[in-house]
Amino acid sequence: MSASAPVAARPANEPPKSGKARRHDEGTGKLAALLLSPTLLVLGLVVMFPIISALRTSLYKPGGVDPETGFVTEGDTYVGFDNYTAIFTGDTAERFWNAFYNTTFFTITCVVLETILGVAMALVMHKAFRGRGIVRASILVPWAIPTVVSALLWKWIFQADGAANAILGTQILWSTEGWQSVASVIVADTWKTAPFIGLLVLAGLQTIPADVYEAAKVDGASPLQQFRMITLPLVKPALLVAVLFRMLDTLRIFDLPFVLVGPHKDSVETLSMLAYDEAFNTRYGPAAAYATILFLYVAVVAFAFVKLLGADIIGDVAAKKSKKKKSSGDAAPPGVGTAGLAGVSGGGM
Amino acid sequence: MRFERSHTRKAVATAVAGSLLLLASACGGDDTSGGGATTGGTALEGKGPITFATGKDTSGNLTSQVAAWNSQHPEEKVTVSELPESADAQRQQMVQNAQNKQDSFSVLNLDVVWTAEFAANRWVVELPQDQFPSLTSAIPATVETAKYRDKLYAVPITSDGGLLYYRKDLLDKAGLKAPTTWDEMLAACLKVAALPEGKGMSCYAGQFEKYEGLTVNFSEAVNSAGGVVVGKDGKPNVDTPEALAGLEELTKAFASGAIPKAAITYKEEEGRRAFQDGKLLFHRNWPYVYSLASKTDGSSKIAGKFGVAPLAGKTGPGVSTLGGHNYAISAFAKNKATAADFIKFMASEERQRANIEKTSQAPTWASLYDDPALNKSFPYLAPLKASIEKAQPRPSVVKYGDVTAAVQEAAYDALTNKKPPKQALTDLQTKLSSLITQ
Repeated sequence: MSASAPVAARPANEPPKSGKARRHDEGTGKLAALLLSPTLLVLGLVVMFPIISALRTSLYKPGGVDPETGFVTEGDTYVGFDNYTAIFTGDTAERFWNAFYNTTFFTITCVVLETILGVAMALVMHKAFRGRGIVRASILVPWAIPTVVSALLWKWIFQADGAANAILGTQILWSTEGWQSVASVIVADTWKTAPFIGLLVLAGLQTIPADVYEAAKVDGASPLQQFRMITLPLVKPALLVAVLFRMLDTLRIFDLPFVLVGPHKDSVETLSMLAYDEAFNTRYGPAAAYATILFLYVAVVAFAFVKLLGADIIGDVAAKKSKKKKSSGDAAPPGVGTAGLAGVSGGGM
Repeated sequence: MRFERSHTRKAVATAVAGSLLLLASACGGDDTSGGGATTGGTALEGKGPITFATGKDTSGNLTSQVAAWNSQHPEEKVTVSELPESADAQRQQMVQNAQNKQDSFSVLNLDVVWTAEFAANRWVVELPQDQFPSLTSAIPATVETAKYRDKLYAVPITSDGGLLYYRKDLLDKAGLKAPTTWDEMLAACLKVAALPEGKGMSCYAGQFEKYEGLTVNFSEAVNSAGGVVVGKDGKPNVDTPEALAGLEELTKAFASGAIPKAAITYKEEEGRRAFQDGKLLFHRNWPYVYSLASKTDGSSKIAGKFGVAPLAGKTGPGVSTLGGHNYAISAFAKNKATAADFIKFMASEERQRANIEKTSQAPTWASLYDDPALNKSFPYLAPLKASIEKAQPRPSVVKYGDVTAAVQEAAYDALTNKKPPKQALTDLQTKLSSLITQ
């Protein structure tokens, strides 16, 4: 992460250098541009084009039914921002804010639970003990199952006469409106994706040298102190990336509530489901408008996350690495930066 | 073509002297195929290979149906394009195909509720009624599902109607017959509950989860009480005392426990399992349940103990909601004449008989329901005919997806006590009025 900080900072240091060196550097710049152009081209094709295309679509509206002939008038008409204003007026506004609340609620609750469980899983997986391979493999199984399959699996568990009611000794109708359907989605999502955080945190744990812990032991640090003062700060970069990924993913949550509980249920309707619903009824303009709003929401969350927590990482690293350099607040850590981009592009459509 | 040519060559090799005769016969062959292309009449022109887009063929019988056509029409072969099993995914693929104006699907296997949307968008072509003789032999209600604004856009191939499955053994014991009204049904439940075998059983269940099945069950309740959701004139008219009576029949049954609480999560399969496990005295479901519930391999606890009847209603037999599938011709397809011929072929009595024998899907030909041999293997045919004959189609509207979502919303709110039934219907009427602009 720290490796590219000097590279990013180099242009600022350039002017004092000699003319020759500059020309030399200009050539490098051209070469760099040439070498980077295929990447930029591909990025433009797979990231920029869909986003712009979706933005364009969101400004059009499909034709209505001609009352005389009964036929749908062909072609889309340009309506400006009507699709956006329609989202925020009347019944649709109520539905939108409900979905917005649900999406946010799922994101916060699920990510908090997944982080706690994921870190716990990583600590267990990290410990050397007999049968560690089996524990590691079994913890990762949920992550390996496709979301729709796991949704069907949990649907079966949460049926009226399913395993959940049998074990709890209750008669809860999990797929009906109310807290129970929300709970079922949170349980299924946490079950599926806590291993993801566990996996990334485990990778972080494995980079911590053992002698740090030995030194702590010699100094008489309790296990809790070791965890708080050594483990957490050192896995923080990996943990933050994992949490960011999960947040961006959960903001786009669709398949779990859709399959597990069902469409058109106020309790679990999310923003992605609204976009799907519009697209399903062949209203691609309004669907693109919903998708764009979701895209902006995801982008804002990602940006805020990187700014609030990512800046902190840089501050720590940069201060320790070299005091000469000015505080480079504008250069986001490359790992987090690309993560944000990936999440955003995924959220676009 | 290839086959004919090689055949000709062989003939030349064996009978050199008869070349003139052969020439004549070859010309004759050309003439008939040329003539076929022009007799298509109206807009349905062009003969040649076509594709048939249909949902996943779970019965395995479609292959033999299509093979029967292909063996008779080697130059107009039909290729089956199998779409996913889920109806939503089928519709999505067909819509995408039509929006891109692709000719890769010629004949479309449409669910009855999609007719209006496909017709209004001009994704399927209007069909000349006089060219499809099967229409006059079909149960009239099924033909209505293939029409949009009184014009024909598809040909009914299979139909479907709701049936009332009941526990014959328990009704016999209580000295009762299959009920025709809701009151009779509820009275029968009380009587059976008094029997030792009736302990712990619930009275009735249909499909009440928030999905298409709820639209079906809600419409049946409303229609059976003499109300309508969308009237014959295409205008919504659901805020009526009749519709309210129908909806209240369901809400009251939920409140009294006649319909078990869990039924709010029932789709077809959940309900079927409950009925097969002996938890329900009466159950509304489609004909497919009959053979599954009759299985004697232990999966059904009620094999041989149940009967079927038409649905119950408020004052007499109830009104079912029509299901089924119609075949239509894509507006962007080539070889529309072949497509029309293929539809005629699949709608013929012979093919329909072959289909019900193998798949037990309800045919559209009225005469097949009275066939003694078929009635022997499918004892539910008589009540099913009664059900389909009286059945009502779901609203024929372009925005069907929105309309059915609104209906589900209203019915679900009423059944889960989120809104009083009257309020739910008033809101539904407002919603439907804005959705249906006719």
